[in-house]
Amino acid sequence: MAEHAHPTVKMFVSVWAALLVLTALTVFVATLELGPFNAIVALSIATVKALLVLLFFMELRYSTALTKVVVVAAIFFLMLLAGLTLSDYMTRGWSSYINPFH
Amino acid sequence: MPDSQTEVHNLKHHFADLDQQKATSTFGMWLFLVTEIMFFGGMFAAYLIYRLSYYNAWVAGSQTMEIQLGAINTAVLICSSLTMVMAVHSAKLGNRKLTAICLILTLVLGFAFLGVKAVEYHGHWVHHEVPGPNFHFEHEGNYDPRQVSIFFSLYFAMTGMHAFHMIIGAGLLTWLLIANARGRFSPEYNSPVEMVGLYWHFVDLIWIYLFPLLYLISHHHNG
Repeated sequence: MAEHAHPTVKMFVSVWAALLVLTALTVFVATLELGPFNAIVALSIATVKALLVLLFFMELRYSTALTKVVVVAAIFFLMLLAGLTLSDYMTRGWSSYINPFH
Repeated sequence: MPDSQTEVHNLKHHFADLDQQKATSTFGMWLFLVTEIMFFGGMFAAYLIYRLSYYNAWVAGSQTMEIQLGAINTAVLICSSLTMVMAVHSAKLGNRKLTAICLILTLVLGFAFLGVKAVEYHGHWVHHEVPGPNFHFEHEGNYDPRQVSIFFSLYFAMTGMHAFHMIIGAGLLTWLLIANARGRFSPEYNSPVEMVGLYWHFVDLIWIYLFPLLYLISHHHNG
């Protein structure tokens, strides 16, 4: 069972090093001109870093199924919040209503 | 084997055993963190909508950020997450001295973060970038300065709430240090250290997204 696996100091240090390398990488990428990909690359790197923190530092990898369900539910509701809000604002120009931002 | 003395002392009467008690603590802490994710999520959603709507103003506002300071703070927080995880690890092994050292290091790194943040806030204040009657913004670009004021409102709301969470975290770390010095934690009972650890990593998690959104993604764009 996964619950019996235990995180080690070596693993914590590797995750820490990976997080620092990814931070340096994201700062470097910001100095390049990539148009819309600046945001995409930066947020992808941030998501990899977030996963490392969640799985290893917050020990989600070793958590019970119940805890995992709670975290997945949080991500789902966050997507719902951003997705439905954006689908409203970004489609206002499609109708004859006045877009409050233009 | 759980020492029966520890069990009697730390087990609340409504739990069957320490394992069940710990599983409940972890579940409760994660539920709290979900509400925190949704709380910050509202501000992230607002940031996203305004960035898409007032893009030029967002780029102009974002380019006033000092990337070096933001990067240093990101590294400081990552290091504090490592010391926090080591504090939890030491508490589980029952090493009181190492737990104390790791908690103190986490606290020091937390204050280092807040110090750098204070330097940044001071810079924004001096440059009249704080929304309000003294707000004044004149950089090149095709935008309405009032929109940049909205950018800075969200910047201060998000980083301010984040810093506020760090201050609460510093209080929790101090509480853990005192409890640890009094010998409250053992290999059988160390949930408070673990739960504060979850909180501290969550605060790191928020910054992992704040840093690229506020400092990096508009760095090379034209407003």
